[in-house]
Amino acid sequence: MKLDLRLPIGLMFSIFGVMLTLYGFAADPAIYARSLGININLWWGLVLLVFGLVMLGFAIRAQRRSKVSASHSTSTP
Amino acid sequence: MQQIHLGAIDYAILGVYFAFVLGIGWALRRFVKSSDDFFLSGRSIPAWIAGLAFISANLGAQEVIGMGASGAKYGMMTSHFYWLGAIPAMVFVGIFMMPFYYGSRARSVPEYLKLRFDEKTRGFNAITFAVMTVFSSGISMYALAKLLELILGWSFHTSVILSAAIVLAYIFLGGLTSAIYNEVLQFFLIVMGFLPLVLLGLKDVGGWDGLTAKLGAVATNAGYAPGAWSSSWRHLDSASANPMGVEWFGLVMGLGFVLSFGYWCTDFLVVQRAMAADSMTAARRTPLLAAIPKMLFPALVILPGMIAIAMHGTGGGLLPVESDGTPNYNLAVPVMLAHYLPSGLLGLGLTALMASFMSGMAGNVTAFNAVWTYDIYQSHIRPGQSDQHYLRMGQVATVFGILLSVVAAYAATRFNNILDMLQLVFAFVNAPLFATFLLGMFWRRTTGHGAFYGLLIGTAAAAMHHGLVLPHGATPGLKGAFFGTVLHTYPSEMAQNFWTAIFAWSACFVATIAISLATKRNKSDDELKGLVYALTPRLTDHEIVWYKRPATLAVLVLGLTIVLNVIFW
Repeated sequence: MKLDLRLPIGLMFSIFGVMLTLYGFAADPAIYARSLGININLWWGLVLLVFGLVMLGFAIRAQRRSKVSASHSTSTP
Repeated sequence: MQQIHLGAIDYAILGVYFAFVLGIGWALRRFVKSSDDFFLSGRSIPAWIAGLAFISANLGAQEVIGMGASGAKYGMMTSHFYWLGAIPAMVFVGIFMMPFYYGSRARSVPEYLKLRFDEKTRGFNAITFAVMTVFSSGISMYALAKLLELILGWSFHTSVILSAAIVLAYIFLGGLTSAIYNEVLQFFLIVMGFLPLVLLGLKDVGGWDGLTAKLGAVATNAGYAPGAWSSSWRHLDSASANPMGVEWFGLVMGLGFVLSFGYWCTDFLVVQRAMAADSMTAARRTPLLAAIPKMLFPALVILPGMIAIAMHGTGGGLLPVESDGTPNYNLAVPVMLAHYLPSGLLGLGLTALMASFMSGMAGNVTAFNAVWTYDIYQSHIRPGQSDQHYLRMGQVATVFGILLSVVAAYAATRFNNILDMLQLVFAFVNAPLFATFLLGMFWRRTTGHGAFYGLLIGTAAAAMHHGLVLPHGATPGLKGAFFGTVLHTYPSEMAQNFWTAIFAWSACFVATIAISLATKRNKSDDELKGLVYALTPRLTDHEIVWYKRPATLAVLVLGLTIVLNVIFW
């Protein structure tokens, strides 16, 4: 693959997750009248953060693996 | 309707999304070295990415706004677009058609027609397809701009220019790869942006049972049986028993067979994603993998519309009402976003909406620039140029494809339900085309003349039928009966479109057979190797583990679809 797509996906959702979670803590609870009284920013922010981190985790693991196999193949003559 | 005020957090989310979309285009620009890279991603896309792009490219205005609108207008029967139409068609294209598309090394659907039939068939398909994609992308843009104007108070022109400029930038930089990568990103964003809306909406109406009860009231108020909005098959024995105005035969043949197979099997917009896959197996698995999330989409796109009409009917006018008293169905989804999502998540929901429009538009534009460059420019205007020349042409085509879409966006303002309009265009062009492909791929005797004149006759039959019938309550004109006489009145536009498709397909099918038998074959058996079923060696999948084989996936997908149909019967 030219660019591991999981990297930008993971990054973007992690950023969204952090933004929404923080906003969930900071914002005036009155805005949650719409969402049936649930602090949906906080909860959904956490969901997005977990999703983003899992994607990032996969991407980083794949990168490390390909690095290991690359250094392996160059060291052996 | 009341306008929404966006907070700083909402704009910040939108900004992050734009940065990522453009960033992906920027990061991929160095991989675009040849025209193959630009138009076909160098055939290097893994199956899961191609699969998600396969459904995401189709996830434009038509899906999110149109399916939401249909969910409100027709209820659960809208699920037939998925569980009767799209999924079986996707399985068919993966199992039976992809071997010829991918195996022939054709670079586009019209190019397959050139290999299988002749130049004139390709030319006809290339031109109609180019017009159709520009139209679709224009409708996408129009819908987005209109929405943003209505709910956010943004100016129509700013929205059109902004969305066009961003899509242009990332396709221009990274070609099809950039479009595909962004489509996958957009896919996840759409799911993550709409899911909280569906969950909150469902909780509010009291779960599925609460929704069914409320929809029962909606149905009885409209004069139907209580289950008309909440069951998919039960009220199909006559056209007057359901809001869609169709009976089972028209639905199964028109939507399930002709329109859906016509779209998913022959529309280059989606087929292009599978053609970009990195191997034959990946290409065949692309539509099959795509079918799995696709079958769950009704929950994401139809359900919000159903919840909206339930709340509208029982909660006192959630949807804005037109001057004639009917609710504005196209606003079902945006109104739901505004109703349930607080600042913060609202930004995410709107970003998801924008993402859906952009993926739809980018899908159309990448399909357009490939067909224009390969099938019109290279084969008719300037053949025999260097590869770099065609690569540059592709980039130029991206620019004018988007400019034409902008023109189309300003022209598209007539229908209450966008979906009906798209279906109309597809019925004219795609429906007869599926007959041509079926015969071309499975009957070696089909000739070039047969295919070409069959297509012309099929398209003419579509126009004839549309010109002589009218949906109930419509005035003659764009909506039908433009020949002046009305031979038949259908209960709804939807029913009229299904039957237009059935007539077009049958006319093309019969005419192609008749003309083929009357004309000489223009391709020998040898030339048709890899293009026709009987002359192509069967693919064996023995080297693949059984659970990864396309056939296994196909059985799984079809089985699950049957289960879904039964559950929501």
